[in-house]
Amino acid sequence: MRLLEFQAKELFREYGINLLPSKASTTIEEGRKHAKELGYPFVIKIQVPVGGRGKAGGIQKCQNDDEFELKYPQVLGLTIKGEKARAILLEKMADIKKELYLSLFLNRSKRCYTIIASPEGGVEIESVKNQIIKEVGLGNVSEQVAREVAKEMKLDGKAADDFVNILQKLAKLTVEKEAELAEINPLAIMQDGSLMALDGKVVTDDNSNFRHGELQKYQEKTEIEERAEKSGFSLVELDGNIAVVGNGAGLVMSTLDMLSDNGGKPACFLDVGGGATTESVYEALTLISKMNRVKGILVNLYGGIVKTTVVAEAFLKAYDGNLINLPVFARLKGTESEKAKEMLKGSKTKIYDSVEEAINASVMGIKK
Amino acid sequence: MIDIFKLLRGTPDESDYKKKGVIVQGITGAYGSVHARNMISYGTNIIAGVTPGKGGQKFEGKVPIYNTVKEAVDVSGAKISIIFVPAKFFLGAAKEALEAGIKLLVAIPEHVPVRDTMEVLDLANKKGAIIIGPNTPGIMIPELIKIGIMPPMPFKAGNIAVLSKSGTLLYEIADALTNAGFGQSITIGIGGDPINGTRMIDAFDMIKDIPDLEGLVIVGEIGGDSEEILAQRIIDIGFKKPTVAYIAGRAAPKEKRMGHAGAIVMGTYGSAESKVSMFNKANVPVANRPSQVPVLLAGKMQQSD
Repeated sequence: MRLLEFQAKELFREYGINLLPSKASTTIEEGRKHAKELGYPFVIKIQVPVGGRGKAGGIQKCQNDDEFELKYPQVLGLTIKGEKARAILLEKMADIKKELYLSLFLNRSKRCYTIIASPEGGVEIESVKNQIIKEVGLGNVSEQVAREVAKEMKLDGKAADDFVNILQKLAKLTVEKEAELAEINPLAIMQDGSLMALDGKVVTDDNSNFRHGELQKYQEKTEIEERAEKSGFSLVELDGNIAVVGNGAGLVMSTLDMLSDNGGKPACFLDVGGGATTESVYEALTLISKMNRVKGILVNLYGGIVKTTVVAEAFLKAYDGNLINLPVFARLKGTESEKAKEMLKGSKTKIYDSVEEAINASVMGIKK
Repeated sequence: MIDIFKLLRGTPDESDYKKKGVIVQGITGAYGSVHARNMISYGTNIIAGVTPGKGGQKFEGKVPIYNTVKEAVDVSGAKISIIFVPAKFFLGAAKEALEAGIKLLVAIPEHVPVRDTMEVLDLANKKGAIIIGPNTPGIMIPELIKIGIMPPMPFKAGNIAVLSKSGTLLYEIADALTNAGFGQSITIGIGGDPINGTRMIDAFDMIKDIPDLEGLVIVGEIGGDSEEILAQRIIDIGFKKPTVAYIAGRAAPKEKRMGHAGAIVMGTYGSAESKVSMFNKANVPVANRPSQVPVLLAGKMQQSD
């Protein structure tokens, strides 16, 4: 789960990481109230689950009521990288001396948590050469390790103390909330030498959601996504017109690739998973029937765990109940696939021997 | 380094040579029971099952069930276990297996929290044990032993090693290989999670010195950099056996998890382009589609003749 800035900051506040006063709103009425409480000057920040907000005009300084009335609706109306504003955060303006970078992330190849810190903050960390990298096992950071990082950052006095404190708190948050990434960029040194988290990004492990009821309020899901999850599917919506359904994430990705190579436009990635039943595949077709852009369905099933007859039954049921009236291009291989082919004879589902044939037919069939 | 073949097959002087005992944790569950049955019919020596509270019963009237892994190990002497419990119970089940002396643990469950996997790995390192998975189809030596959920049809004994992050793609590609006359010496499911008990590079190290190995097929997908690291290793050690790769997810959008927890591109990290370009550097051709894999492999073999 990728938390928005204000949500990440709610966690930071809970863990005692220094923050400037800020308030999140979704309407200008609410925003006006917050403006009064905070007092000018402050910054208006769009809340979207993507980076590059500043460049896109999603972060605006605000000095008075007139500016507020002009800029709040502007920022709220922005779409950045296809993402609409989820909220607006008003945050007090700060007098900054220097910007640093600090994060903890799950290092996949080293299979441990890793600290990245840099004296150059406020820019994308990938573009910074001066990085201090430290592996910290399961994520706990001792005061000694935090001191070492602060020293390498060439921090001293209050800034060093604050840094040690914030790093340890960020590590505690990472471990307790099971984050894959907890990032503060920039981590600002203020005029008085104290440190403040000016931005926050937290990505948690979706597979640990079951033991984090407290994070559930941050979950953002469409109705279709929620239904897919309930059925044990993986669904990613895309903007094409051919729905791609299969079993196994790798196989469905591979089908998506081949469809795209042949000029087809996938409408979704739908992995029905290993435990597919007639009911769950029927549910998958129900979800697809709700996607208006879909003009055809490409099915690629390698029946190992899944019986392909189970899938065939679901298609027949969907046609019988008028749930779908779309052409289906299917490749069914594996357990009971001959029987499945027999069952679907004469229906709107055409069965092909190879996935390449099914893909070609779908691209040709949908184009016209 | 643990010898994976010795673990799976044993040595001719051992009484259980080629019929190493395997314990199934969660043998009475819906999923575990189906696959226990399938493994038995494949010829895997399922020696015991574990389901707390069902100790004393027998699975299919034959395989004794125990309440704990320790009891199962004490009685059977097994060093291999396969886990089918739901993801939230994986941590407990895996720790129990490692504490009981299991040396090869095949972790089938999907959706295991990363922290649990890391804790299990930590313990496995201390105990000198290998974890395959989680979120893996398993490991097999075709026509000898299957510890996993793969359907038997696509696989045939032979001399090609296959390493795969994905389950169904493994079946698909093994099927294509078998049809082209390339049997498999071993197939290892790396798994689709961000953290793997046996990484691509670990699996490569397990198989690279097989004396009669004739070729290697790597089935990767977007996310992480295990394919890049493996390609670098192939360059570094000058691995000369014919090697072909396939990478799924070229058309996947960035920053979206494509089914597998680990299949996500962040910026350029984990992208298909990055993996393909590293394999190119290692002189490993990358197939555009699964059916192209045996064609490229045959081409590589001709080159090396």
